[in-house]
Amino acid sequence: MIFRRSPLTSVGAAIVGLVVLAAMAAPLLGTTDPIEQDLSAALKPPFWLADGSIAHPLGTDHLGRDVYSRLVYGARISLTISVLAALLGAAVGVAAGLAAGYLGGRVDMVIMRIVDLNLAFPLILLALAVVALLGANLRNLVIVMTITTWMIYARVVRGMSLTLREQEFIQAVCALGARDSRIIVRHILPNVAAPILVIWTLEVARVILMESALSFLGLGVPPPTPTWGRMLAEGRDYLTVAGWISIFPGIAIMVTVLGINFLGDGLRDLLDPRLRQQT
Amino acid sequence: MRAYVATRLAAAVFVVVGVSLVSFLLTFLSGDPAEIMLPPGATAEQIARFRAEWGFDDPLPVQYWRFLRRAVHGDFGVSLRHGQPSLPLIAARLPATFQLTVTAMVLAIVVAVPLGVLAATHRGGPIDLAAMGVALLGQSVPNFWLAIMMILVFAVSWRILPTSGRGGPLHVVMPALAIAINLMALLTRLVRSTMIEVLAEDYVRTGRAKGLREVMVTARHALPNALIPLVTVIGLQFGFILGGAVVIETIFTWPGVGLFTIQAILNRDYPVVQAAVFILATGVVIINLIVDLLYVWLDPRIRVR
Repeated sequence: MIFRRSPLTSVGAAIVGLVVLAAMAAPLLGTTDPIEQDLSAALKPPFWLADGSIAHPLGTDHLGRDVYSRLVYGARISLTISVLAALLGAAVGVAAGLAAGYLGGRVDMVIMRIVDLNLAFPLILLALAVVALLGANLRNLVIVMTITTWMIYARVVRGMSLTLREQEFIQAVCALGARDSRIIVRHILPNVAAPILVIWTLEVARVILMESALSFLGLGVPPPTPTWGRMLAEGRDYLTVAGWISIFPGIAIMVTVLGINFLGDGLRDLLDPRLRQQT
Repeated sequence: MRAYVATRLAAAVFVVVGVSLVSFLLTFLSGDPAEIMLPPGATAEQIARFRAEWGFDDPLPVQYWRFLRRAVHGDFGVSLRHGQPSLPLIAARLPATFQLTVTAMVLAIVVAVPLGVLAATHRGGPIDLAAMGVALLGQSVPNFWLAIMMILVFAVSWRILPTSGRGGPLHVVMPALAIAINLMALLTRLVRSTMIEVLAEDYVRTGRAKGLREVMVTARHALPNALIPLVTVIGLQFGFILGGAVVIETIFTWPGVGLFTIQAILNRDYPVVQAAVFILATGVVIINLIVDLLYVWLDPRIRVR
């Protein structure tokens, strides 16, 4: 239904599907080993340009590594980090938002001040400083990205919980003697699930951009693992002679993020009828 | 009104104290700060001497209190790389970052407001579709990639803009545009959706019923009300803009706080990192406080409440 109503959502779903497929089937889709160097084939252009070859469809980098294969494998890192961080962020943020909104009082005050504190930091700067100290690896990157994402969920879920708490059906359950934990899990959580799904989608996109930026600055998953951000950075020195090294990873990041944004917008329109009327 | 201002002020002070705590704890993340500040080959004796000199042997609360007391006096310690106090080093680079972020913000607003209004007043038409397409692209493009592509086109191929550095007005064009692009996209979408809401209000209908021209209805009655949420979002986005500046300054070798901080992070110059994180985050808190107070002034309904 959603796809019939919004072609952009269908495009988004198709893009996301393709990227996920590329990440999962990287060993099958990649034409060569993404970290294998072949200096004799360095800086080969994409196949449609003179001197290009179908063996390296999107050309090669300064070390003769296949740009296409590195892109396909790079999707794994971007997706793994962004999906995990957005999931962990959702878990922490939703729990904090529910506690703040439903319990109120001091719990609310403390949690919201921590949210304010977190929002005060230029997140990329905080992430850079923390990754530089803890060391750049997959686990630390997921932790750092989680720190930059949980408060968005907390704010939204808190706002919704505050409203839900006053609703008659919650007060009825309260009057029946249900425990707070049961009310939160069985009655409030299902009612905040839709916006959480939308935020999660959009946060995956944001984390992909941030992880690429960290990688670009040299603080992503360390070499030789291919990442889109580092591919882009490595191509900077060869912009005038081999622009494709930087151009294709940038397009990959942009198209992936665009696809996720299309999908997120479509989900939001579907799940929030008020917004659907506006847009 | 007074109670609102007092609450916001108290919250801001609380957050600044929190910011100081996080800035202080940064160096303890990896365990021993002496080990990260000293070169990799430092002997145990050198580490021990360093720890004693810098007071790292004291209990954490004592160290934090000392950090806070010094921070209040603007003393964040001496840069390990430059051998000078950290704060003046950062202060000297603040004007460059300020110039870049303010230009980016102005650029984003100047483009986003007319685009959002046009999209809302031509809802569903080709202008709306084009504006939303541009906005979605703008939200999805990695700004560091856009920066590189702009260098390739405008500086290397066409040679109409300088590749890097800070000089005349032309130097600021590409970095500001790269920082502005994501905010521009966000604001365009926001202005469009708030304008659509406001254009459906009774007072707008009354204006039309009185026979006012559509331009007047849009510009005089709908737009000022649609711009109120913009103030909040711009305030909230200030931290993201500073974050963008950190990356973009590195690409364009723009001599601001962002580039300096990245270099400090990579050189493990933690007195500078602590000072930069503290100052930038406190700046964000102050901007958000101003926005909160400005919002009350702009929207009298909050004052009444």
